[in-house]
Amino acid sequence: MTIAVLALQGAFLEHERALKKLGVDFFEIRQAADLTTPFDGLILPGGESTVMGKLLHELHLFVPLKKKIQAGLPVFGTCAGLILLAGEVIGGSVHFGTMDISVRRNAYGRQLNSFYTEAPFEGIGTVPMTFIRAPYIASVSGDTRILARADGHIVAAIQKNQIVTAFHPELNDDLRIHQYFLDSIRARTTVSNSNL
Amino acid sequence: MSDQQKNRYELNKQLAQMLKGGVIMDVTTPEQAKIAETAGACAVMALERIPADIRAAGGVSRMSDPKMIKGIQEAVSIPVMAKCRIGHFVEAQILEAIEIDYIDESEVLSPADDKYHIDKTRFQVPFVCGARDLGEALRRIAEGASMIRTKGEPGTGDVVQAVRHMRTMNAEIRRIQNLRDDELFEAAKQLEVPIDLLRYVHENGKLPVVNFAAGGVATPADAALMMQLGAEGVFVGSGIFKSGNPEKRAAAIVQAVTNYTDAKLIAELSEDLGEAMVGINEQEIALIMEERGK
Repeated sequence: MTIAVLALQGAFLEHERALKKLGVDFFEIRQAADLTTPFDGLILPGGESTVMGKLLHELHLFVPLKKKIQAGLPVFGTCAGLILLAGEVIGGSVHFGTMDISVRRNAYGRQLNSFYTEAPFEGIGTVPMTFIRAPYIASVSGDTRILARADGHIVAAIQKNQIVTAFHPELNDDLRIHQYFLDSIRARTTVSNSNL
Repeated sequence: MSDQQKNRYELNKQLAQMLKGGVIMDVTTPEQAKIAETAGACAVMALERIPADIRAAGGVSRMSDPKMIKGIQEAVSIPVMAKCRIGHFVEAQILEAIEIDYIDESEVLSPADDKYHIDKTRFQVPFVCGARDLGEALRRIAEGASMIRTKGEPGTGDVVQAVRHMRTMNAEIRRIQNLRDDELFEAAKQLEVPIDLLRYVHENGKLPVVNFAAGGVATPADAALMMQLGAEGVFVGSGIFKSGNPEKRAAAIVQAVTNYTDAKLIAELSEDLGEAMVGINEQEIALIMEERGK
């Protein structure tokens, strides 16, 4: 299995470190030429969604990646990555808009309100959660399922091939959410093979 | 440090991690801040006068008017940073009171204290500080800085000092990495830094916080040069709004930082950018800002 990590800006190295620990192959996507390498899943890291959104267009990555996600490519978005996938963004622009969630950008306010907590994540147990100028999910619709809540807000969700967290699993040593993403890719591959 | 302080310091280092691979731009008005955000800045530095103008105007340079900073905070959704004078902890308290996302305790402003830096461990908001070498970087981190940048020589449009500082710091890091464990005590003494921070460098081959390039970056090629030399991101001060076409230049620098090894792309990005800031050479400047705060 090979994972592509969007490496336009932000904390992509931290995701790569997690993938390395899990023994998974990965490479970085920085421009359209990188898309010629086949991959089984995509990680959209934390950083600034405005920067990534703009660079996706300028570097001609937006349309091909959106098509892949719509076609079922497994994708895992953290913080800014979640904003990139959201169908509605309160206080910001819609980018891929492929997931039926409404997201509030900078929902907790400025850096003084960044925080760390621990809360239960569906199917995993209690996980560390680091929120940095984070968004939260205001509401979900369609077949989106809530995976975690913290502090009274929805902070993780899944819809078919798309998994999102408002916090940064890549900043802690706990690898279980990355493992969850990899397991979901394996499960999807098995399902699609058995349908052949 | 209490658990709560440690937690806060971690969160502050982690915000810097989110800025990596990005460009932080100096802006003096809400309009400029919007241009910077639209061009792809990952954060803006709000200040009354950009370093080139501070240099031209002379006199004492202080923290900006909080009202002006608030105007910029309202104009953009990306993180907003602002500068206070070296050692001026009340200016820092004011910036914390208006909930700034990052404070730059900066040699660009006139130092308020010629001996002591701010005790940054007493603050909830994060600090970035300039450094010319490993010793300065680790001393600032010991004082509580959660991000480091090269000092460079601000407001000159001349990248030579930023290059020197980045090379010096990384050469010293490589040297420390190669020392025997029992040689670290003497190295800590010579560098005048805490042994635990030096041990971190010895074991990890990097600073314990994110390290950006700053000072004199004026072109996409300058920005890519700093990235290839090991910077994790770039501050651009006077280089953008002192140039002929700020929007285009800013956007080109952002793309050059993401694809800093792709010479073909950087060649395209460097076309038709209009006039770069004129700049002044090292030998022509009277005020050496990098000498401030060691």
